[in-house]
Amino acid sequence: MNKSILIRGGRVIDPVSSLDAKADIYIKEGRVEAVKQGGKFTAPEGTPVFDATGLVVSPGFVDLHAHLREPGQEHKETIATGAKAAAKGGFTTVCAMPNTVPAQDSRSTIEFVQSRAQGSAAVRVLVISAVSKGRAGKELVEMAELARLGVVGFSDDGSPVGDAQMMRHALSLGRMLDLPIMDHCEDTDLCHGGVMNEGRVATRLGLRGMPGAGEETVVARNLILSKLTGGHVHICHMSTAGSVELVRHAKSQGVRVTAEVTPHHLVLTDDLVAAGAMYDTNTKVNPPLRTLRDNEALAQALRDGVIEAIATDHAPHAAEDKLCEYDQAAFGISGFETAFGSVMSLVHAGKIALPLLIDRLTLGPARIIARDKEGIGTLRVGAPGDIAVLDPDAEWQVDVKSFLSKGKNSPLNGKRLKGKVVATVYGGAVVYQEQRQVTTRAG
Amino acid sequence: MTSVKPVEQAKQHAAQKVALPPRKHVLDLDDFSPEEISQILETAGVLAEVLNRPISKVPALRGKTILTLFLEPSTRTRASFERAAKALSADIINLSGSDSSAKKGESLIDTARTMQAMGANIIIMRHSMSGAPYLLAQHTDLSVINAGDGWHAHPSQALLDLYTMREKFGKVAGLKVVIVGDVLHSRVARSNIWGLRKMGADVTLSAPPTLLPEETLEAYSGELPGRLSIEFDLDKAVEGADVVMALRIQRERLATEGSMNLRDYIIAYQVNDERMHKAKPTAMLMHPGPMNEGVEVSHGLAYGDRSLVETQVKNGVAVRMALLYRLVGASGVAA
Repeated sequence: MNKSILIRGGRVIDPVSSLDAKADIYIKEGRVEAVKQGGKFTAPEGTPVFDATGLVVSPGFVDLHAHLREPGQEHKETIATGAKAAAKGGFTTVCAMPNTVPAQDSRSTIEFVQSRAQGSAAVRVLVISAVSKGRAGKELVEMAELARLGVVGFSDDGSPVGDAQMMRHALSLGRMLDLPIMDHCEDTDLCHGGVMNEGRVATRLGLRGMPGAGEETVVARNLILSKLTGGHVHICHMSTAGSVELVRHAKSQGVRVTAEVTPHHLVLTDDLVAAGAMYDTNTKVNPPLRTLRDNEALAQALRDGVIEAIATDHAPHAAEDKLCEYDQAAFGISGFETAFGSVMSLVHAGKIALPLLIDRLTLGPARIIARDKEGIGTLRVGAPGDIAVLDPDAEWQVDVKSFLSKGKNSPLNGKRLKGKVVATVYGGAVVYQEQRQVTTRAG
Repeated sequence: MTSVKPVEQAKQHAAQKVALPPRKHVLDLDDFSPEEISQILETAGVLAEVLNRPISKVPALRGKTILTLFLEPSTRTRASFERAAKALSADIINLSGSDSSAKKGESLIDTARTMQAMGANIIIMRHSMSGAPYLLAQHTDLSVINAGDGWHAHPSQALLDLYTMREKFGKVAGLKVVIVGDVLHSRVARSNIWGLRKMGADVTLSAPPTLLPEETLEAYSGELPGRLSIEFDLDKAVEGADVVMALRIQRERLATEGSMNLRDYIIAYQVNDERMHKAKPTAMLMHPGPMNEGVEVSHGLAYGDRSLVETQVKNGVAVRMALLYRLVGASGVAA
């Protein structure tokens, strides 16, 4: 999609150049041609114009962690529906996690996903390969071969890389290939059978808990192995204050570690499991919703740069996967379409400045997978013409029925959020535009 | 004596008291007020008389259809509810199944909806997973009575325990109750913590730390008349106790989860004569059953002078009658 568009009059925030000013952006044939402050930019006649007056214009968001479910679970999501939902959330680059059926662990499955994305996705879909064949934790995938296909990292997400020796080898080879190992940190003995955060609420509800220590012990192991190998370890969906401290310390020691946090781990707590509709299976997610203390430590880490990226862990499920007993329900939250509105609450609460938040949604994640070099997550001249147009103050009510994702599984259904994606531009083409008449702008 | 109709008496009882709002479900005791609990216990006292009659049946629930759905093995709770429902002249349909045949909640909801379509009014459910009754309360129109869900709640058991204590000691307020055993996995403990504290009893939990998370105190924090405390040393915990309630220990669980060596458990936490001696002279043993004699309770103690175990079972029927009456009577249909 090599299109042209002029986005006029918005407050342009571009973390890579620390730009935060009113400016026009001209995208020519799919790439950023000019960012002009002061006075109007004159685009060639016939160029479509998007009036962003009063709105914020950001590079398109980059999501390091999404489950698009294709191949194998197309009843939950497809690459096409997932990409549409991503576009609605402001994301123009989405990394597809490999826990598909079959897993993205070979040339054939990865090329299949890449070709499906090419043919059907509204936004850029990058592929993360499994670490082990079939994500079974027994045998490494052909890492070098898959690296040549352009995978952006390796992860057995959904499961940890349980075997420390395999993790060590993966990190060593990842170093050779200059690609991160993205680990879902969970001690499967400590967390065995757990369905929510271990603590006060689980105790009251009689649900089996997953202790924070179940994440932290594996984070610690990974940091030590990263130090041993020099490999880049990326901590997926970090959820506890303890993990934050471990990563903070490791960074101070020069360990090659990066980390992501999800919107739900930043703003929701395990109290939600016992609130309102008790045992709401839409609150069931792995790692589980933790506590206020964890929320605060994660927000602090996001601000400090201990965590570089916000990632959705978008995990769509079919209704029947959630309409059952809490113990039986699938883990996961459909997250693309509520991500920005959720994390904006940190800005409205004064916990993080908007430009920094945008960095964590754009340049931060792009750097982790080294795609900032291609201009992804930036508005540099020559960068892909990927834009999110945002209204930070628009209030709206989440209604899962209006989700473009097939996954209607959100614990935020019915909740009010402040902050909305107005339009998304990918390669100069408008791939999402809000129906303005259904929203109200807050004073 | 028998000339006064118990149901009439129960209605009069209820009428004299503060009018309670209608109740649709009995999921746990967390949403019961002390007044409501008191009224149910009083109603149970009145209805208990029915069970002593030559024809132990009253027509209070005639025309009502009750479904019992037990997806986990149970003999006494199920029999007790069935006896209670029949003594109130309800029609009763018993369904059972294993967790494997009802593995997915969809089929649980389907089963309940099917029975609803056939005219069931109340479902009494036992389920191995915490929270399952809430699923039915949210997705069907049935009145749901929780007959035990996973580790979470067993409200009718807690009510019969309260009834038994009140009958024995005259009142519940001010009693010191020690609950000993596998608190972590016990729905009986959880519901009793609510019920006892709401009624003004002080509760001390005693168990090895592997079976008694310290956040239990935080989980039940809040303004309730009775206090809650933890004492890992059972010998200290029982000092001055009025009631020592032992919980069932699942041997398999101790082994598979490595919570504690069984022999170690017996040494540190078995309720025996020596420990009952440290409690008040009037102290009584309670147990929700079924009991492992020689494990959580020493041989001989369970059916001795200091045990209320059989009384608990007997009282269960009247208390469950009162619960059923509470659900149907409130809407006036029982008249």
